[in-house]
Amino acid sequence: MTQTEAKSQPHIRVRNLTLKYGDKLIQKDLNFDINRNDIFIIMGGSGCGKSTLLKHMIGLYQPAEGQILVNDTSLWTETEEHRQKMMRGFGVTYQAGAMISSLTLSENVGMPLELYTKLQPKEINELASLKLSMVGLAGFENYYPSEISGGMLKRAALARAIALDPEILFFDEPSAGLDPVSARLLDDLILELRDSMKATIVIVTHELASIFSIGSNSVFLDAETKTMLTTGNPNELLTNCCDDKVQRFLRRGEMGKSDMARSKVGVEI
Amino acid sequence: MTEEVVTFHRQSKNTLRVLIKGDWNISFGLQNPERFFAHIKSNPETSHVELDASQLGAWDSSLISYVVALNALSKEHHLKIDITQMPEGIVRLVALAEAVPEREGVAKRRAESTFVDNLGSGVINATSQLMAFITFFGETLLSFARLAKGKAVFRRQDLFIFLQDNGPSSLAIVTLISVLMGMILAFVGAVQLQQFGASIYVASLVGLAMAREMAAMMTAIIMSGRTGAAYAAQLGSMQVNEEVDALKTMGVSPIDFLVLPRTLALVLMMPLLTIYANVMGVLGGALVSIAMLDLSWAMYIEQMISTVPLKHFMIGLFKSFIFGILVALSGCYMGMNSGRSASAVGQATTNAVVLGIVLIIVFDSLVTIVTTLLGV
Repeated sequence: MTQTEAKSQPHIRVRNLTLKYGDKLIQKDLNFDINRNDIFIIMGGSGCGKSTLLKHMIGLYQPAEGQILVNDTSLWTETEEHRQKMMRGFGVTYQAGAMISSLTLSENVGMPLELYTKLQPKEINELASLKLSMVGLAGFENYYPSEISGGMLKRAALARAIALDPEILFFDEPSAGLDPVSARLLDDLILELRDSMKATIVIVTHELASIFSIGSNSVFLDAETKTMLTTGNPNELLTNCCDDKVQRFLRRGEMGKSDMARSKVGVEI
Repeated sequence: MTEEVVTFHRQSKNTLRVLIKGDWNISFGLQNPERFFAHIKSNPETSHVELDASQLGAWDSSLISYVVALNALSKEHHLKIDITQMPEGIVRLVALAEAVPEREGVAKRRAESTFVDNLGSGVINATSQLMAFITFFGETLLSFARLAKGKAVFRRQDLFIFLQDNGPSSLAIVTLISVLMGMILAFVGAVQLQQFGASIYVASLVGLAMAREMAAMMTAIIMSGRTGAAYAAQLGSMQVNEEVDALKTMGVSPIDFLVLPRTLALVLMMPLLTIYANVMGVLGGALVSIAMLDLSWAMYIEQMISTVPLKHFMIGLFKSFIFGILVALSGCYMGMNSGRSASAVGQATTNAVVLGIVLIIVFDSLVTIVTTLLGV
């Protein structure tokens, strides 16, 4: 945890980023900054490339053009080894949890520790139990991922993501498929971890409740124009942003009187 | 780590101050709370513990882990512990770790099992597996009965795809294995029979062995590895994706829809493949005979026809039909009963091939014993 570094510097900078799958353009001309301690929301309609952007940011895919700078170092100009090292500073949870099904929760959480530290097996178990208890799963060490519920699986995935005390936590749809109460509890947990671990958090989501309650910064991606429409605090966007698509998204398709007619066409959330 | 990162100071008679210093990083290893334990043990009058972080540098989970351990030990010995002087992040993370206590009875202990335990659970497991397999076999029979009455619901295209995959698409590998099998048989026979000047009997040997045993068995083993494994993997991943449940909800019997076309396709194709394997095996034997033993094609064929009666071929064909059922059933059974995880699907595939091959060999032995006793 590097609390001492200059807090005014953006933690992650995205510059002129273009994302492609082969020849298929997903998003272009993305420019935004993520500050330290931000909870940064990547939002937009289904299929606009939110998860793709996340996967580029964590170094899984190489961007077609542009730069992703973490602490002013580009992910892709350095050597493979250096990128691996940077990626170790990221904790990631995937949409469906992506826990390794043949390992118990304790082994799943302990795996990064086993791979990247020289800790003894007993110490690894101890730390894995600690991480599991932090996400409210004390006592579930010897369960297999198939034996626990969806909400617990998301928490377990979070425990694995924080195993190496990452500086940046990435979440892909953390509350998808959870009931409102569990989703709220997970949001609270994310906030708590951000505050106590001094981590920067990047979340892909289209849960409006989460966006407004925990988001401190955001970017809005659009599937039609294949670029970002705006960036900023979601609550401010709600009052200040004059883009129709953003407003429609943030208000669940319910527009002011004048826009009623238009909003009936092609609402996609 | 040259310096101690934790030191203990006695503030007063009943207060112990734990001074936490320097940088804490999980790469240095974890601190053991044993020294703390020794301190409170040696001074039974201790009632208060204070944590002092005034000289603390950078920290991570290794410190949280230590503080949580101290907390737990203090609670166990009814000591009052004060961690409020620690940085806020640590206090909050410790609170988070202790917020949801372990629920009663939720922890699973990995039970130590003795040989007797293992034997017992092994037998129980094997019995229930056997019962489940018999049930599955029965369900498949009922499904075939529905098919005969024209009431089974499945897609005709599926059947044709499986027929294509089990038949024509398997020809290449069946050709290769059968020709080589025939050549091996001819070669082994030739070495022995040449010594007696009875080379011509190589034709009888190859014909008999292929027709009665090898063609059917080798084809069945190939299909077990090729198709049985594929069936288990397909059905297993459908289980993982809840596709089987979706079919049930649509009122479709998964046995009719998934197992029936697969089994039917394999049962239809296996005898055909076996006939083809016979031809290829005989061809392989002929190649060796002609090249090594100076037999002519005509002599080879003539000898084979006159010494190998058709009944051997029919026995082989009958076996291949049963092998088809066994391979399809073991593949489908393992797939339908697969667990819902990636590793479970892999396990199901392995089991399907193992079970398939075991059943093939066991059934083959049974047929051999019965036909020998009957003198067929």
